[in-house]
Amino acid sequence: MNGISFTLNGREVTYTGSAADRLLDVLRRDYGCTSVKCGCKEGECGACAVLVDGVLLNSCCVAMGAVDGAAIVTMEGYCKTERFAVLDRAFADLSAVQCGFCIPGMVLAAEALLAKNPHPTEAEIREGLSGNLCRCTGYNAIVNAVENAAKEGNGLW
Amino acid sequence: MENISRSVVKKDHAPKMSGRSIYVSDYQTAQSGERILTGKLLRSTLAHARVLGVDVPELPEGYFYVDARDVPGDNNVNIVLDDTPVFCRETVEYIGDPIAMLCGPDPDEVERLVKACRVRYEELEPVLDLAAGQEAFFDYRFGHGDVDAAFAAADKQYDETFETGYQDQTYLEPQGMMAEPEADGGMYVHGSMQCVYYVHGALPRVLACAPEKVHVFQDVTGGGFGGKEDYPSVLGCQVAVAARKCGAPVRCVLDRREDLACTSKRHPSLCRYRAAVKDGKVTALEIDVRFNAGGYSTLSAVVLQRGIIAAQGVYNIPNLRLRGRAIKTNTVPNGAYRGFGGPQTFFAVEMMMDHIARDLGVDALAFKEAHLVKKGDSTSTEGRYHFPVPLPGMIDQVDAACDLRKKRALYSQPQTGRYRRGIGTSLYFHGAGFTGSGERDLIKAVAKLRKYADGTVEVLAANGEIGQGLRTTFPKIVAQELGLPLEKVSYNHPDTARVPDSGPTVASRSLMVVGELLRRAAAKLKAQWRDGEEQEVEERFREPDFLIPFYLDKFSGDAYPTYSWGVNAIEVEVDTYTGKTKILGAYGSFDVGTPIDEKIVIGQMEGGFLQGIGYASIEKMAYDHTGRIRSNSFSDYLIPTAADVPNLKCMLYVEKYPEGPYGAKGAGELPLVGAPGAYVEAMEQALGGVSLHHAPFTAEDTMDTIVKEGL
Repeated sequence: MNGISFTLNGREVTYTGSAADRLLDVLRRDYGCTSVKCGCKEGECGACAVLVDGVLLNSCCVAMGAVDGAAIVTMEGYCKTERFAVLDRAFADLSAVQCGFCIPGMVLAAEALLAKNPHPTEAEIREGLSGNLCRCTGYNAIVNAVENAAKEGNGLW
Repeated sequence: MENISRSVVKKDHAPKMSGRSIYVSDYQTAQSGERILTGKLLRSTLAHARVLGVDVPELPEGYFYVDARDVPGDNNVNIVLDDTPVFCRETVEYIGDPIAMLCGPDPDEVERLVKACRVRYEELEPVLDLAAGQEAFFDYRFGHGDVDAAFAAADKQYDETFETGYQDQTYLEPQGMMAEPEADGGMYVHGSMQCVYYVHGALPRVLACAPEKVHVFQDVTGGGFGGKEDYPSVLGCQVAVAARKCGAPVRCVLDRREDLACTSKRHPSLCRYRAAVKDGKVTALEIDVRFNAGGYSTLSAVVLQRGIIAAQGVYNIPNLRLRGRAIKTNTVPNGAYRGFGGPQTFFAVEMMMDHIARDLGVDALAFKEAHLVKKGDSTSTEGRYHFPVPLPGMIDQVDAACDLRKKRALYSQPQTGRYRRGIGTSLYFHGAGFTGSGERDLIKAVAKLRKYADGTVEVLAANGEIGQGLRTTFPKIVAQELGLPLEKVSYNHPDTARVPDSGPTVASRSLMVVGELLRRAAAKLKAQWRDGEEQEVEERFREPDFLIPFYLDKFSGDAYPTYSWGVNAIEVEVDTYTGKTKILGAYGSFDVGTPIDEKIVIGQMEGGFLQGIGYASIEKMAYDHTGRIRSNSFSDYLIPTAADVPNLKCMLYVEKYPEGPYGAKGAGELPLVGAPGAYVEAMEQALGGVSLHHAPFTAEDTMDTIVKEGL
């Protein structure tokens, strides 16, 4: 057994623990990715969402055995991208961040949406973010920020 | 727009946006570099029982069992009264009541040990029925005028009872606290919380130490909404006792199910309203309010006070007799949640006015308008509305946004077909700041500014940034007053070792009360400013001199110096085939005085309004016949998502408060308060004019009504 190999934010890593461990716990404990938040641990809130081969997944519901060979992106890596910079400005302009706990998952949800649909309608944005709970904002500022980022980042996605 | 209202990039935006902010669960080690032990609570599985003993499994080395016997001082957490234990005494009073904490290095092993503990109980009869509960933690009565004479002279009388359910704050970050023993024998306690000095006040009694031997720091906090007002004192005492016994740092972060089932929520309520009407006007109300306090009294006294003071709504009612009780039941203790008792009684009074109006054959909004208070009128406690009441202008603002009056008339006509529409309104206030004389007698807030030699200024206050924007708005006030660029003024999360007690982060008071202290401190500093020197200035709370003194024993006087006001309209479309309701639009006009940063205030209004809509429509939580909370996960307890209310429109209406900084008033709680009244009124209209009496009003309730009424 050589462990579970995957790329984490572009870096190749090998996990030698149990294949049954939760991706959420491993990312936080073994790789220090504390941007990945635990809000419910049962796949309902989206605070722990990460990108696995570009697909948005709640990492609390992913076993390590399932990520062998995958490319995983968390906010620790995504925050260095040009696309993040566009979303960052859009969220800042609308004061869309309140307590911040849902934000890493929410921003990765926005990335997953825009990667598939670079010019979404407002309804599509709301649908795309509906797996990520936010209790602070009422969502308007976040939805508008994603809409603005899609316009501003024309061509990036 | 005034300069102070112009939005800036929030000071905590960058670390939160990029996920770098450290919340309490994110620390990899203690500040000493030591490994953090995980604490997990052993909780009661019965609602009411005597605990005869606990069979604890053999503990591996480095693992600890901590209970009431390990509390060095009093086993009481100071909240309002002292009845909440750190760990249970001889009895448990609700399912979830903490009996002990298991601690150790491996979280999985700790979890296994908790499950392996066998608690031996002698079961006692639990009290679970709010209507039948006999024991009241608090029982208040007040009133004015001659209610009996008004009923004797009435043309018509009404008698209705309204019911509201639980609401969970559902901050996205669950409760979590950590305690670290310090080298000098002190204890450092930190975590997710609203009120550092509440935790600081509770610890010395429990640890039997001097107040200087503890200090409390607020970590970055993932939402509070009232839920992190008192509970962190309980959890903070538990981890501190555990850390003392283990001689090591201990952290306890609740999991979501535990948090939903075992931490404080909005009080379920039963409000009976009797009304006397003469010549088309309500001449008297006799009101009986019951709040379900749960197993310990925690914050129920103050929640109940705010609730009953608001129980006559925004209306002139010449004769009032009111009794309010916080009933003890063997259920989870309820506490603070945005609105703090107001949402329950405002729901009841708004529905009552609506029902009377319909019985009289007049439009509910017109009927309410005919009873509105105005400047100079007497409050329910015979204080005064000292400032203009802007409700008429706010109603016009909402009407302009959604054609409220036209739609109300249209939807009151008989409707046929699969889809039926309704629009409801609510009018309400939120009293700004602590109820009664709390600011003057209990809080006595102190705030400071420290200027450094390089010309930067630090705000020293105890109020916590919990998402509402204080790390930005406090510096904005100071920078504006000093004429400094905003980047020269900073505000960090508070540590009681460094900051004075400016009071808790509650009651929509931080910006209005502490913000004004900071504005005055900044004015003072400006007058004394000396370049290149370190300077410190301090300001203390003083009560505005126009206030009519409030006496809690009589419930008389000004309960609040001023009020924030709200007008909501919610428009719904009911699918009579499925019982599903679409919210076509939710419109809110909010007067919170001058916004100190418009986008931050709008963010508060939108977030609060949506929480209120959730409370009104989908957030249903209940306990079963054993007292067990059934909706303890996000698949059972639903909160609104981004897709639920796309058309949510919040507008500001500014009636300045001269004693608030630049005219600002309390903001945080207001937007939640009126949603249930507006939503359920809309549902009544869509369901053919039926009279409804409870919130939340869910899809199941809608279907039941459709079937019952044959719609």
